[in-house]
Amino acid sequence: MPNPTTAAPEFFSDRYGLDSAVMSSLLSTALSHGGDFAELFFEHRTNSAITWEDQHVKSASRNVAQGVGIRVVKGDAIGYAYTESLELEAMRQAAGTAARIGNDPERPRPIDATPQLRNITYYSADEPLTDIPARDKVALLERADRAARAYDPSIARVDASIGDELKYVMVARSDGRIVGDVQPLIRINVSALSDRDGSRQTARSGGGGRLGMDYFDQVTPEDLARDVARQAVLLQDAAEAPAGTIPVVLAAGDSGILLHEAIGHGLEADFNRKGTSNYSGRVGELVASPLVTVIDDGTIPNSRGSINIDDEGNETGRNTLIENGVLRGYLQDEMSSRHFNVKPSGSGRRQSFKDYIMPRMTNTLMLAGESNPEDIVRSVPFGIYAIAFSGGQVNISNGDFVFSVTEAYLIEDGKITRPIRNVNLIGNGPDVLGKVSMVGSDYKLSDGRWMCGKEGQSVPVGVGLPTVLISGMTVGGTKLG
Amino acid sequence: MANPLEVASHAVHLARRAGAEQCDVLAVQYDESNVTVRLGELEKLVEAGSRSLGLRVINGGRTAICSTSDFSEASLERLAREAVELANISEPDDCAGLPDAGLFARPGADGLQLYDERLGDLTVTEKVRMATAAESAAMAFDPRITNSDGASLSTRAGEVALANSLGFAASYPSTSVSLTVEVMADDAEGKKRNAYWYSAERSLHRLADPEEVGRIAARRAVDQLGARKMPSRQVPVVFEPMMAAALMRDVASVADGGALYRGATFLKGREGDQLGSGLVTITDDPTAPGRMGSRPFDGEGVVTRPVTLFDGGRFNAFLFDAYTARRTGRVTTGSAHRGVESLPAPGSSNLVFQPGETPPDEIVAGVKDGLYLTALIGFGFNATTGDFSRGAGGFWIEDGRIAFPVTEVNISSTLPRMLTNIDATGSDLTWFGSVATPTVRISEMTVSGL
Repeated sequence: MPNPTTAAPEFFSDRYGLDSAVMSSLLSTALSHGGDFAELFFEHRTNSAITWEDQHVKSASRNVAQGVGIRVVKGDAIGYAYTESLELEAMRQAAGTAARIGNDPERPRPIDATPQLRNITYYSADEPLTDIPARDKVALLERADRAARAYDPSIARVDASIGDELKYVMVARSDGRIVGDVQPLIRINVSALSDRDGSRQTARSGGGGRLGMDYFDQVTPEDLARDVARQAVLLQDAAEAPAGTIPVVLAAGDSGILLHEAIGHGLEADFNRKGTSNYSGRVGELVASPLVTVIDDGTIPNSRGSINIDDEGNETGRNTLIENGVLRGYLQDEMSSRHFNVKPSGSGRRQSFKDYIMPRMTNTLMLAGESNPEDIVRSVPFGIYAIAFSGGQVNISNGDFVFSVTEAYLIEDGKITRPIRNVNLIGNGPDVLGKVSMVGSDYKLSDGRWMCGKEGQSVPVGVGLPTVLISGMTVGGTKLG
Repeated sequence: MANPLEVASHAVHLARRAGAEQCDVLAVQYDESNVTVRLGELEKLVEAGSRSLGLRVINGGRTAICSTSDFSEASLERLAREAVELANISEPDDCAGLPDAGLFARPGADGLQLYDERLGDLTVTEKVRMATAAESAAMAFDPRITNSDGASLSTRAGEVALANSLGFAASYPSTSVSLTVEVMADDAEGKKRNAYWYSAERSLHRLADPEEVGRIAARRAVDQLGARKMPSRQVPVVFEPMMAAALMRDVASVADGGALYRGATFLKGREGDQLGSGLVTITDDPTAPGRMGSRPFDGEGVVTRPVTLFDGGRFNAFLFDAYTARRTGRVTTGSAHRGVESLPAPGSSNLVFQPGETPPDEIVAGVKDGLYLTALIGFGFNATTGDFSRGAGGFWIEDGRIAFPVTEVNISSTLPRMLTNIDATGSDLTWFGSVATPTVRISEMTVSGL
């Protein structure tokens, strides 16, 4: 099995002649005006997608992008340039542009960068979906279509897509390290439309991760399709959601997106370095219920958010953010770790070579507690049970958030009763974390479908949660009590 | 390097030679810059140039898209071969195909004023000065402004070219410049109240005064100090122009020809129906001079024209590209949007909500008990059903006057009900990039809170 840390540098060397000498010379140019630190980020990405609409393959696509992003750091400031051309002249010009953040007169500084070997990998790119014949991928979409239609006669339309990406990355740093990685990623989406006498409801879902066809050994297209068909049909009979502040039980798995939005972003070190997060200056303080332990773990095998190295070439890890309610630390990239004088946590990520680095989450989870999940539901006289989410948004400065819930039920007298629709959950991250009153023993990682956006850059992430009871949260429904 | 139009035309030639019956190529080239200043210090300086190209091949109704940023002859030949091969995976679709030749834009002066040559003369020093001026004005506005997330000045200048196998080949240059500031104030119990403001234009002379942008951001942050939750109730909601602009994006998503053929919009089968109050007139206008959404031709080369979506509350028309028009037996409205990596799909250009004659103060004065909306958060809109539910913030209105700031509430209704319940539109039409809206009042929505 090829080691991704050597496979990536070999790829860039074979294809573009990018060897240690070339990279050392470019780094030298980047630091020629007195920058403190420089790095080159090389990327070659191939992605393919097949789109299925209403019982037919609608289109197929294949995109290739490559380039280098060059960053020079001087104090708290960065100079950044990128180019899609991996010709020496274009790269040298980009290095010169980024160098201008340093104000010193030109004086080349010799750099000697060499590739580093690493032996741990959290995913394999041996059989990426990119190399699988298209007809095999189409067969998966056909299976999804058939299964959704067979689920209920009201399913009038099924759309689906399968996408895969194979990304070679290589980071060359002015401290002499060169590291690389090969990152596979797949994603399948299914949506179903239920039409019952003109009443139309749609539901969407999907899954995937950093793997190849082996994903479908765990989750079949039929599993995904039946689930989305079930959700669409369920919405036909769903009642209007209540409006007001009531207890909310978050089901295990997908609900982790709430943790990601409400807490995770506020723990990214760039906001804390600037003092613009609610959690700035609060390390060591109690910031959540003592039942709450939150981890960001980039090392979960094959998970969508996992990475062998981050986009600054640092190793990813399992970072404890909140332990028994106490804030332990932030997600650090190089710049913020220098500011806080701590080790980088392997959290520096970027959407592509065109984008600058920020501290970002990988897979963010809450560890399991001790409560029986059924007891959690039984403890609620009137509230809601939230299972599936379509997305959310947070105001990082103060932690205010909103989530759209796509599958939710009323809890009445400790029992899950009717499905409800048009449900929003509104709250404040720190406030809600303080209201975690029970944590289940049933931790679950969500299937790989989440994408995280920050300052216009999207990166794939994973989320996970056990069943959790929030003693009171605002439910934005339409039905007044 | 060859210009985008030459590259696009050449790629069409190569695709034809590789066996493409029909094809079109979108080529995009641009230079961009960004200067970010925070607390008076330069924080980020970005300068770069980019180019890429996407080829669509349609063979016997089978569609494929391939893209690359490598413009070498070998790469373009490989791209052409791959796209022709890839098209075989798709299934024939009678509706797939280029637009009818009679619909293409004719080359020539369009008068759209999309390009400002003076933007290229703006030096890094001047950009730093503008961003600094905006941030300083925000920090100086009120002593309660305690921190800044920075001020950013971004520019972009580029060329979009489109060529196809029916002989269409054209390109246009465009520029854009934007200035954004975000600052924050500390509330009781340490809660941060942040706010941003921005200006985004095609030409430098239209960009708002940097100090004014800074002051508005600061005022919006300070105004939120002491914000509280409210009990749940049904009340009128006044959308400030920026919030009405956010609502327009939901309107565009349901008036989309793609959603129509997928059955994913509540407007299906409702053309010609009176669905909103008489105050609702909404136009999509890609021909407005100098606006961010303006363009001479769409993503398939079709000449652009204004389309009235709602006319005095009557739902008038969907937006179509060539495919969605054929699927539904219509004609493309020149609304195709597309990136180099994706198929064309219909979308809006500049959405304009026709203003009324009521001064905005009078709209507020007409509310006894209600919400003045200045913030929306979350994505709670379902185009299929029209269900609308989003997190909200703003001010409570008591007896016709703004009384106190409000946070962490939710507003919900359905878009059909909201359009019907629009009972006042202001005289204050305001542009936000590619949307222009006045103050809009909806007579009743559910506000959820305590």
